[in-house]
Amino acid sequence: MNETQVADRVNWVGYVDWSIRDFHGYETTRGSSYNAYLIQDEKNTLIDTVKGPYADDLLRNIQRHITLDKLDYIVCNHAEPDHSGALPVVMASCPQVELICDAKCKATLERYYDIRHWKIRVVKSGDSISIGAYSLQFLETPMAHWPESMATYLPECKLLFSMDAFGQHYATSGRFDDSVPLAVVLEEAKIYYANILMCYERPVNNALDAVKSLAPEILAPSHGIIWRTQVDKILSAYADWSVCKADRKVVILYDTMWQSTAKMAHTLYETVVDSGVQCKLISIRATHITDIVTECLDAAAIAVGSPTLNQTLMPQVAAALTYLMGLKPSGKSGFAFGSYGWGKGGPEAVNEYLEKMKFNILREPLKCQYAPDEQALAACREAGGLLVKAAELVG
Amino acid sequence: MKKYVCNVCGYVYDPSAGDPDNGIAPGTAFEDLPDDWTCPECGVGKDEFTAE
Repeated sequence: MNETQVADRVNWVGYVDWSIRDFHGYETTRGSSYNAYLIQDEKNTLIDTVKGPYADDLLRNIQRHITLDKLDYIVCNHAEPDHSGALPVVMASCPQVELICDAKCKATLERYYDIRHWKIRVVKSGDSISIGAYSLQFLETPMAHWPESMATYLPECKLLFSMDAFGQHYATSGRFDDSVPLAVVLEEAKIYYANILMCYERPVNNALDAVKSLAPEILAPSHGIIWRTQVDKILSAYADWSVCKADRKVVILYDTMWQSTAKMAHTLYETVVDSGVQCKLISIRATHITDIVTECLDAAAIAVGSPTLNQTLMPQVAAALTYLMGLKPSGKSGFAFGSYGWGKGGPEAVNEYLEKMKFNILREPLKCQYAPDEQALAACREAGGLLVKAAELVG
Repeated sequence: MKKYVCNVCGYVYDPSAGDPDNGIAPGTAFEDLPDDWTCPECGVGKDEFTAE
């Protein structure tokens, strides 16, 4: 098999985006790929497309296998433009094609594109279409991660086109999990999960149950590498991530103006580390929100520090907490901390975010005026003990 | 009391279970949910729900 062959008569025909570093605000330090797959059978079928600007690359890749007039079906599993953006070009280039999608996907495509001249067949979960030797089975996975999200199963190959599930923003020349370092692909899958799927616990769990019942041997996501050797590893990782399972790990996030909140953060950090618990000390202004939320995914306890600026929290802390709040990390413990000068407000504003995220709040906001003295640092050490206790509750 | 299904994502509001994560006690009828209650899965309002 070469690097584009996923199964017998199934080939990857997508686009590897080596240069993307900002994916709607998600920092993609290793680039990405938009995976499309061509199944050659009595009815030649394309599974998804690519981002709009790369439509020509997709057409060229399809034409390495068939001429465009031989394409019969396109399955659109997800209407988001990184997978559907090339549809207008592909549909215009292949006017004979019938597009297959679920009802919500059709309604969403209609909002993005002029679909009046497209032939569209609407399918739902449980539907199956024979394309010759192979058949396509459809599995709607609503809110994992858009309402119209769907996966398509090729039972004869035990191959699941899983859409965004199990994907990673990871540009590689190899297409498979056995052609890249496992630690790197798992790290990228974790970053992807934290930033895209964390807030959809219940829908992801529903989708996972459905996937497990199919017992697929190949998971072909719409970004990054294809799982064929380590399917059990990614399924087991998803089982943990999909319940925000905590490690014995503490995360300390902070911003600082004149090093007072930084000193508090460092004192908390030293207390946690001295007790033997793993701890990440993260300067919010020095760290991209993509990495901040990834570290929070498997943290048992999270302390968030902000000085008081204009009677409220620092804007960078607000940005990070707004992003984290939307991603709904579940089951986290923690507290707010930080300094103030005359008027209070920073740590209190942080505390409000933690309350909204339904944190198990371990104590009232830990504060110091202007700069921490020995008494304030002693309070930090005591508060650090609460983080340790919360982490030690994890089995 | 009837169950209601979210038209957007398929979440089912079951009155017997309520939505305790969002302060809705078990036994709360869909009609009695506050006007600003939103689907816990996808965030749309009550007007996007249909009786099962």
